[in-house]
Amino acid sequence: MLPRTRKGAAMNQHVKINRRSFVIGAATAGAGLAIGLDLPFGGPAVVRAADGSPEVNAWVVIKPDETVVIRIARSEMGQGTLTGLAQLVAEELECDWSKVTTEYPTPGQSVARKRVWGDFSTGGSRGIRTSQDYVRKGGATARVMLIQAAANEWKVPATECKVSAGVITHTPTGRTTTYGKVAEAAAKIEPPADVKLKDPKDWTIAGKGLKRLDTVDKTTGKMIYGADIKLPGMLNAAIKDCPVFGGKVKSFDAAKIANMKGVKKVVQVGDSGVAVVADTWWHAKTALDALPIVWDEGDNAKVSSETIAKWLAEGLDNAQPAYVGNQNGDAKAAIAGAAKKVEAVYSYPYQNHATMEPMNATVLYTSEKCEVWCGTQNGEAAFAAALEASGLPPEKVDVHKLMLGGGFGRRGMTDYVRQAVAIAKQMPGTPIKLLWSREEDMQHGKYHPITQCKLTGAFDADNNLIALHYRLSGQSILFSVRPEALQNGMDPAAFQGVAQSGEASIGYSVPNLLVEHAMRNPHVPPGFWRGVNVNHNAIYMECFMDELALAAGQDPLEFRRKLMGKHPKHLAVLNAVAEKIGWSTPAPKGVYRGIAQVMGYGSYVAGAAEISVTDGSKIKVHRIVASTDPGYVVNPAQVERQIAGSFVYGLSALFYGGCTVKDGRIEQANFDTYNSMRINEMPKVESVMVPSGGFWGGVGEPTIGVAAPAVLNAYFAATGKRIRSFPLRTQNITFA
Amino acid sequence: MDWTNQGTAMASLKINGKTITVDVEDDTPLLWAIRENVGLTGTKYGCGIAQCGACTVHMDGVAMRSCGVTVGEAAGKEITTIEGLAAGGVLHKVQTAWIANDVPQCGYCQSGMIMAVAALLKDNPKPTDDDINDAITNICRCGTFQQVREAIHAAANA
Ligand code: FES
Ligand code: FES
Repeated sequence: MLPRTRKGAAMNQHVKINRRSFVIGAATAGAGLAIGLDLPFGGPAVVRAADGSPEVNAWVVIKPDETVVIRIARSEMGQGTLTGLAQLVAEELECDWSKVTTEYPTPGQSVARKRVWGDFSTGGSRGIRTSQDYVRKGGATARVMLIQAAANEWKVPATECKVSAGVITHTPTGRTTTYGKVAEAAAKIEPPADVKLKDPKDWTIAGKGLKRLDTVDKTTGKMIYGADIKLPGMLNAAIKDCPVFGGKVKSFDAAKIANMKGVKKVVQVGDSGVAVVADTWWHAKTALDALPIVWDEGDNAKVSSETIAKWLAEGLDNAQPAYVGNQNGDAKAAIAGAAKKVEAVYSYPYQNHATMEPMNATVLYTSEKCEVWCGTQNGEAAFAAALEASGLPPEKVDVHKLMLGGGFGRRGMTDYVRQAVAIAKQMPGTPIKLLWSREEDMQHGKYHPITQCKLTGAFDADNNLIALHYRLSGQSILFSVRPEALQNGMDPAAFQGVAQSGEASIGYSVPNLLVEHAMRNPHVPPGFWRGVNVNHNAIYMECFMDELALAAGQDPLEFRRKLMGKHPKHLAVLNAVAEKIGWSTPAPKGVYRGIAQVMGYGSYVAGAAEISVTDGSKIKVHRIVASTDPGYVVNPAQVERQIAGSFVYGLSALFYGGCTVKDGRIEQANFDTYNSMRINEMPKVESVMVPSGGFWGGVGEPTIGVAAPAVLNAYFAATGKRIRSFPLRTQNITFA
Repeated sequence: MDWTNQGTAMASLKINGKTITVDVEDDTPLLWAIRENVGLTGTKYGCGIAQCGACTVHMDGVAMRSCGVTVGEAAGKEITTIEGLAAGGVLHKVQTAWIANDVPQCGYCQSGMIMAVAALLKDNPKPTDDDINDAITNICRCGTFQQVREAIHAAANA
């Protein structure tokens, strides 16, 4: 069978805008969502796709040739959400999976229809878990309407009809028709007020490891990413933003490069950037490199990694103020009076997302319209950014989403969209593609936040852990990115993985526990970096658990198990990896094991690593067994890939990553100094999925948390050396 | 003054079996000539310093990082990009194996990955895991290496 290609990246339908229906930036989960045919502007009875095919409802368009077009609001960036969401809709729709294609509605269309597609935001491993209910309802509603249309045509009760793979059968007579034939009539039917969703145990399309829908074009070079789009008359822009965050442009000498090949214009972008617009990007970049720019770097130019580390270290002092994120008993008193104490200080550096495709956006601006083409993890946020940067009203703005060459949290930010609009506004009528160089991308990231952590554990005379004090010092993402989400100044997300309850809760019960955060916000802008605060919290907690086990003279697994009695789901995944790696039996000669668990994004995850070490410093990671309980698994093949991929991302950061600050700017500029794992360093990853049902957890991020501590604990087992500062290259530890 | 300011500079490139004359300076990286002047965007920019492999093409059958080769150096050579890998509309066995093993995640690195693997299999039709480790040094930030390895073996056995 010839594999299908993904048709139509975006719809092309024109809709009128209802301004009142849109709240800028209100891209939160749980917003009220209209399902089914909801026509806020009293349009035609049947809404049509660009080619005239009827919409059964906002989620489903069925063409006369039986092609089923499923609308996807969330963004595909490699994580498989596009396919997973389509599976959920198709499951309820009972259509023929081989006929399914997908398309993205635009944020402008969504706004015009009272946000009928709900939240576009694709971060926090939310793509599926926070939209599964309404997309499944969208599919189920459409199914009911399609069956009703057939029943109406046959003048029989709908209850006498059933459907399978898009073929509707009238059971008593055996008459059949198809979705493609009744779609037009179905589109005119009043949607049912209530539909019953299938029990996941009856799933036949969802829950299966089906192939992704977007693969073929990614193997032939046909897939169009943001960096690839071409528009008639388009020019290309290269940009430099002030290398010191918070600095400004003082001056630049455009005349010096005006005669260089291809150069069309040199423009200032906001108060901190300068862009060269040229016929080709290569010309733009070459000219930009030759452009004399004087920066007003400001006070931040005095900041370095050393000054940041010193400031954060001060926050570890108990005398300094801190936000309490999780507490029971009196940890400080218990520690003071304890028979035995263990204390350790860890730190985790800045990390760049380094998506394979650097940031870019293409904009066509006229006084009548501002259109953006880009890869974004949040179409609505990009829309809001374009709205603000263009100064045009919502009905004159739209964003066309293109495939993302990686996201990992970086493309949830909209700085590059704002820049592109600002450039295009200075050249009305000419489409401008802004592409960042890798160097610009490395040095103008939204970095994984920098933190330090002091952990203190206390034992009674019988080696029972009676107290744990977990004191974080460092940067808050929300403080910088979403200050309205702070709670009386506290960043609740800082406690991901060590929180009392919720979607990232601690898996241990300790009689006296204190988890706190001394917030210190350096000028380097932080962002959501795959796994976010789970990354460092899992390293700190899980490595320290091994330190405590050692102090107690106990096996790391047994030591944890004793503290996990009240956390059966955390324990279940830990047990699953322990069993699969063979924890109770000796490892092969020269091979050492480490184990870790954490909860994040609503999912319970654990990992167990097997490594060997040569010369005390060269690590070969042979194998990592991972377990996850995300409640439900929509596509096990894609979950497996997300687990392995998250390990590559997390271990790349652990071994090779780390962005350092000098004179207020990031030192690393490209993959030669910010390296990434290659295939020779890839361990065998084995996944054990233990979905226990009853909740929906995320997939893309949680497992990243366990790779690093499992490997670090194995490294200790191999060498007796405990590493507490990262990346490993700074400790002269490398991949073998 | 830079001679490139003095007007057009024509270069002749043999890409995917066709000779194409483009208005581009000799010192332009082949990557950008392919993407911007020839207009084939399957070849990707990832680093520009021959580190990541996203820009890998074949030059006289050898895998090359096109960001590190100039148009002048490429002139007269047979260049194959991802768009030219499928001969006569039939997918290359590496592409077929990639589809069968559902390799790509975001896919941005995969043009380069596929070109590197196709070149490897031409020289070494049945590579061992060690051969793969030595030959394939492309970066994939999504971390598809496990599937890449499986698909290489699948293609080798196809
Ligand atoms: S772009 Fe050529 S190797 Fe990275
Ligand atoms: S598939 Fe995304 S970088 Fe390789």
